[in-house]
Amino acid sequence: MSELLKTPLNAAHRALGARMVDFGGWDMPVQYTGIIDEHTAVRTAAGLFDVSHMGEIEVRGPQALELVNYVTTNDASKLAVGQVHYSGLMYETGCFVDDILVHKVSDAEYFLCVNASNQDKDFAHIEQWRREKGFDCEVVNRGPELAQIAVQGPKAIQILQKLTKTDLAAIKYYWFADGEVSRERARIARTGYTGEDGFEIYVAPEQAEARWRELLAAGEEFGLKPCGLGARNTLRLEAGMALYGHEIDASITPYEAGLGWIVKPAKGEFLGSDVLARQKAEGVKRKLIGFEMRGRGIGRDGYEIRVDGVAAGWVTSGGPSPTLGKNIGFGYLPVDKAVAGTAIEVVVRSQAVEAVAIPTPFYKRAK
Amino acid sequence: MSDYPETYRYTKEHEWVAVDGDTGTVGITFHAQKELGDIVYVDLPRAGTKVEAGKSFGSVESVKAVSDIYSPVTGEVVDINADLADGPEKLNEDPHGAAWLVKIRLADMGEVETLLSLEDYLAYIEA
Repeated sequence: MSELLKTPLNAAHRALGARMVDFGGWDMPVQYTGIIDEHTAVRTAAGLFDVSHMGEIEVRGPQALELVNYVTTNDASKLAVGQVHYSGLMYETGCFVDDILVHKVSDAEYFLCVNASNQDKDFAHIEQWRREKGFDCEVVNRGPELAQIAVQGPKAIQILQKLTKTDLAAIKYYWFADGEVSRERARIARTGYTGEDGFEIYVAPEQAEARWRELLAAGEEFGLKPCGLGARNTLRLEAGMALYGHEIDASITPYEAGLGWIVKPAKGEFLGSDVLARQKAEGVKRKLIGFEMRGRGIGRDGYEIRVDGVAAGWVTSGGPSPTLGKNIGFGYLPVDKAVAGTAIEVVVRSQAVEAVAIPTPFYKRAK
Repeated sequence: MSDYPETYRYTKEHEWVAVDGDTGTVGITFHAQKELGDIVYVDLPRAGTKVEAGKSFGSVESVKAVSDIYSPVTGEVVDINADLADGPEKLNEDPHGAAWLVKIRLADMGEVETLLSLEDYLAYIEA
């Protein structure tokens, strides 16, 4: 077995008594005090996450926009400088290489935040299409040069504001600013993966531990808690957000995953655009649904879904929702069955347990 | 509470058994609940079920995952802890006491002697 990768905060997690797990080759904290406790902190106060394992890729040069728009589904030409959007990195098949955040730094520079375990694949893919199409720009893998810390929850803005002169209230949701945190350079994005307000901060790796400790201290009066990947997963699930390798992967299209809103055919040709146009015209055959367990049990990744007693689909993610006090999940069903209100069964350890398809997100924060 | 009773016997699958007469009370260890995290479901066999040492008789489900529970001993389930159905979190709070899982009438009293002593178990989990 190869050595696990470590973020610059590895020692800090261990010092806090975190339980560490192998997450896609990274030695990451799954929890500190407990998943439910951490989850609740984010919904009611704030949580601090080390997401330094995430990858960052820069696309720079005169044709940076052309390349970004060619390999992704969303229309980056609509972004203003300082704006962020969610997008799909595509294969020619119209399926996902990854799901990513695209930040427009300038007309000639785009900053992509990508999934940890996909970063090398994503970089190679984007670079391959740059060469193939001869776009005049460069693709730079910045993952190893950046740490990322997320502070999420209703109190996130007050906590982070203690450490920065950047007016955080002026950064709208899905916008970012380049500024300073504790007088050190930081890219501050009002983005997240929890369904709460909050910020994701990109800093130099050698600065990460100091920022982590300062944020923990600044957040103490607000009830900020360090949070692991366990809570990150239950939070994103409640918020109805997809996780690569579960709801989306190299065999799933954005339309199937209910992500048609990130596909912008009007921008012109892009990888998979012909496949996606056909699928949109003909309609999808299967679709992602949210479900809620009615019987006792939790539908987990890979479990069979039955409709009228017959195998019809599979669960992609599932677990307890600490906020709602129910067991929820996502799964794929044939499109005629993928309708909210449909009675389904999830096979939990050879027992068919009643459930019902329901609309997502399961949880939406009050504005 | 993380006190591991001296009189219990333990398994490498992190169950314990406490013998009283011909009956063994079975639970999971403090270490097991800590590894699992927040426990949300406990599936137990019905009274009357025959169980076999080393075979799964139920499962414990945490927020993150499901884990089998293996019987430390062979015998027949004579009682189950009904409180756990509505209060699975008790397993996180008192795994060596109030949150016992099942009582088993032992088929072979000698079997218990083959299980780990407290000292051996602690050495095992600290290794």
